[in-house]
Amino acid sequence: MVVEYRKDLFADERADDFDVVGKPILRQDILGHVTGRSPFYDDHLFDGLLHMRCVRSPHHHARIRSVDASGAERMAGVVKVLSARDVPVNVNTLLSLINFGRDDEPLLATDKVSYVGQPILAIVATSVRAAEAAVQAVRVDYEELPFVLDVEEALKPEAPVVNAEYPNNTFDYADTYDHQKLRFGDVDKGFAEADHIVEATYQMSPIEQAPIETCGAIAAPETNDRITVYTSTQGLFFSVGVTAKQLDLNSARLHFIGGTVGGGFGGKVDSHHEPLAALACLATGKPVKYMWDRAEEMQVGAPRGGERWKIKDGVARDGRILARMFTGFFDAGAFTRLSSYAVQKSTGHLPGPYSIPNVASNVYCVYTNRTPSTAMRGFGITACDFAIERHMDKVARAVGMDPIELRILNAYRDGDMKAHRRAAKNCALIESCQVVAQKTGWALSGEAMRASSKIGGGEGALGLIPETVIDEEGRIGERRRTGLGPEPDAGQGARRRLPQGHSAHNSSAFGNAPQREDMAAEQERSGFKAPMAPTAPAPKPAEPAPVAPPAAAAPVTGGPSLPSAYTARPAASLPTPPEPPRPAPTAAAPPPPPPQPEDPARPHFQRAVKRPGVSRFLSGTRRR
Amino acid sequence: MKTPITFTLNGEEAAVFVDPGGNLLDVLRRGCGDLSPKYGCGQGGCGACTVMIDGEAHIACLTLAETVAGRRVDTAGGLADGPDLHPLQIAFMEGFAAQCGYCTPGMLMAAKALLDRNPNPTRAEVDEAISGNLCRCTGYEPIIDAILEAAKHRGAA
Amino acid sequence: MTIHHGRGFACINYPIGMNLGGDPSQALVHATPDGKFKVALSSIDLGQGIKSVGRQLAAETLGVPVEDVYVDTADSDTGPHDMGSFASRGTHRMGNAIIRAATEARRQMLEAAGEELEVDAADLVTDGRGNIHVKGAPSRSITVEDTAIAAQFTQGRTLAGRGIFLVPLSEVDADTGEMTPVSSFAHAALIVDLTVDDETGEVEVTAINSAYEVGRALNPKLVEQQLIGGAWMGVAHALYETTEPNYPDRAHGPEDFNHYLQPGPGDVVPHHISVLERPAPDAPFGGKGPGEMCANPVLPAIANGVFNAVGVECDSLPITPEKVLRGLRANGGARPQGTPGR
Repeated sequence: MVVEYRKDLFADERADDFDVVGKPILRQDILGHVTGRSPFYDDHLFDGLLHMRCVRSPHHHARIRSVDASGAERMAGVVKVLSARDVPVNVNTLLSLINFGRDDEPLLATDKVSYVGQPILAIVATSVRAAEAAVQAVRVDYEELPFVLDVEEALKPEAPVVNAEYPNNTFDYADTYDHQKLRFGDVDKGFAEADHIVEATYQMSPIEQAPIETCGAIAAPETNDRITVYTSTQGLFFSVGVTAKQLDLNSARLHFIGGTVGGGFGGKVDSHHEPLAALACLATGKPVKYMWDRAEEMQVGAPRGGERWKIKDGVARDGRILARMFTGFFDAGAFTRLSSYAVQKSTGHLPGPYSIPNVASNVYCVYTNRTPSTAMRGFGITACDFAIERHMDKVARAVGMDPIELRILNAYRDGDMKAHRRAAKNCALIESCQVVAQKTGWALSGEAMRASSKIGGGEGALGLIPETVIDEEGRIGERRRTGLGPEPDAGQGARRRLPQGHSAHNSSAFGNAPQREDMAAEQERSGFKAPMAPTAPAPKPAEPAPVAPPAAAAPVTGGPSLPSAYTARPAASLPTPPEPPRPAPTAAAPPPPPPQPEDPARPHFQRAVKRPGVSRFLSGTRRR
Repeated sequence: MKTPITFTLNGEEAAVFVDPGGNLLDVLRRGCGDLSPKYGCGQGGCGACTVMIDGEAHIACLTLAETVAGRRVDTAGGLADGPDLHPLQIAFMEGFAAQCGYCTPGMLMAAKALLDRNPNPTRAEVDEAISGNLCRCTGYEPIIDAILEAAKHRGAA
Repeated sequence: MTIHHGRGFACINYPIGMNLGGDPSQALVHATPDGKFKVALSSIDLGQGIKSVGRQLAAETLGVPVEDVYVDTADSDTGPHDMGSFASRGTHRMGNAIIRAATEARRQMLEAAGEELEVDAADLVTDGRGNIHVKGAPSRSITVEDTAIAAQFTQGRTLAGRGIFLVPLSEVDADTGEMTPVSSFAHAALIVDLTVDDETGEVEVTAINSAYEVGRALNPKLVEQQLIGGAWMGVAHALYETTEPNYPDRAHGPEDFNHYLQPGPGDVVPHHISVLERPAPDAPFGGKGPGEMCANPVLPAIANGVFNAVGVECDSLPITPEKVLRGLRANGGARPQGTPGR
């Protein structure tokens, strides 16, 4: 491998005169790693350590008629058999800690199981082998139920209910819709103006995070009536909070130690081991380890979900993408975990790093009868980017354009308005494309090599929030009754128009966390040489391309000849509607609502809500 | 019925009682308190528990503990000579060949077994020697480079 | 049989910091009697290196040698609250909290030194080697150690700091999706060279050329670790990995590493990395966490390269030999697309 630092790029925005920052200093933890002495959670020894294994569902979906653990309880080495009845607060959802979503997942199943591998009983024994033998001795009488494994099947009216808390098989957004909407401009208008329509569907596979250290926790009685928990968690206080909630314990009694973890990649955020281990510790008064074996890690541990993305683009013959529509499905599996959050994260990411004047998406968090999925490296984005970047190549072929030139033509630049209604800044997509093209000898036109993230951003309509068509389709439960298709343009219902420039003045200014005064950092020592003033659309500089070719000079000319529209910004040539709000053109549409001026005093969210059954660790309320 | 066994662990005599069918990884970690070999799969698939038995790399989780009676077992925990690190350890440190560090002890022992029998391995021989050791963080290249670097600088170790 | 060469491109951006905010991180910094500094956190180091980066950020901000700083994490009795190590938030949120805590401790340190030197604290600077001196007059100096002793044993002053970094929670509008997701984005562009065997359907990646824009490489070696390992994971995701090979059918899920495939040490792909640094305004010294985004461009670039090599659209992952062969059969054979960029 070769690594080069292109210090020449963006040098004007960067101070590089630091003593420690930017230096290749050895890792603080490296001596522990190479001597085998770094203390991972399993590297804490206890006399009389007990081990835990779970009785798990062999069915995708089944009612539990009865459970007979009497044989297991009598087996040698078995110390305790824990069931749902032993868990003070059995049902939880991880993001209840930020009050997002309803509690939907039992720690141990009660009346039904919803995926293969769902735990029903936790057996504590003096050895792993004794616990495993006892698991085999438990008799569970199941009544198998119809199940659904495909996200689009799960949206159909006749689909079996996977998760009783969400009977429509979709997470509820804002107590209103069965999906998260993104609406920016008017995609139908964009499609009508387009020379080409490019459509495709993309599928991400479920993937195991596969850290070499498997997930787990050891809970041990501590002096003074506390419990010490050694854990592989990726979020120490998430695990403290979940354990305190599910065990109904004062968190002052919990002492969690972690921080040295053998890889995570998102697979160690679910906080399922700590409550069970701590519960067993309380029940037995002994140290208890709940550590997954590799088979559990792979099949019971939550994977990266199998996302499905459909994209429809309307493209002008010169390569400008005029409209882009997404339909996205996050396969949450049987319970929410973090998929509800990933849906919103991906929605904020659309339509990718491109400035497209008309964007619409419907993204669903769908319940199916499979292992719940959770975070993994690139959560909410990896599959979405796979779809977008595959699609960009198809668009390039449709218009007969070089794929990198197409990206640079449509790339977002400082000052462009993004589909989530915030201006872009600190962009560097174009420069990244130029650097990689240059060093591989991928010939780009002079225009493409001269393009810059700092030039041309926000020109004309590109800097504005466009007049936007909105709808109210996909209300919670509607799909169960009507079989409405999932796409943003599936319905025939009323459309409304939000005026150009409409913004709800959402909380928190872009990029500027309003820190308290005593928590301000010293700007002069922050590493920025120049203030980050937005670059005014300036005439093209006369100097050579910003990517100065080093020794191996890449050709900067000779690319395919491009239409003259190329030199302009993609949407700059689109008309800038100067008028105030217009009435909806559709006759069927209801009259436009009176303009609702934003009341800056109106709180958009509540903080520190305290209500019964809610975690003590609430740090805010996210609108559902 | 537990069986008493003795063996040499990192140059010192170890005496433990082992369960029938008990594996070497458990005995090293719980019985001897040597926590350097790690549990990654218990299936022989990841190499995190790699140790040396009589100079050869072995997967501890698949080794019956009783079979090491009277033999020499070396682990990453004994790789350094007091405060003096083994050249492999130095190369892994300076080459940034560890991230989470969980596969590192096993990697080091697989590499040591290689360098002990082949002081100047080719890159392909290094690949082969660590092909049973999984790393999820590094992409392997820094590890391979570190092993080759250690071979270059290795003294009489 | 023929081996077809292909080249694929992809570029991406990635949101840095937990989406929608509402996720505080806190840090505490305090000095020992002899002027060494402890940073107490509850961050998790999964290998990404928050212990190491946090140490560097604290040392730089305090203006002391990095060896004089130690990061202690994660113990819920001593480390203040942190949401966790996920969502590319560790460096961004905790890094900022550490800078704030260290800034407060530094202010106290300079005030203590000023009292000893009988000058205004505002006229003092650190040299990064354990000394504090008057701006422009290096001879009027005091060591950090003497400052700490004086502060704690004669002045009765702590050298300590608290830091918190909170990006306020953003609502998401139900009708438009309006939101403030994050404050900065990392970027990447990547070209993959590969071969496709039209008899076996096997894809072999032969070279990766990448450009990653990371804001600032706070520790270049740690950034390289992420970029190299992340690109490897991207190759693994694209060509090998799945827990459900017949998705959405649930059957035949792997339970061990013999059936859950990943590239091994013999499959290392030559990778030429260019690192770009456009510092982000609210990130610590401008650094954007590179750990999550680095795998993302690899997946589509490989799929695009497979199409370039043989004309098979691989829109579902992973790109197994079976899928490639089925595509070749459907197309009536390989349809090479020619080298792009020529």
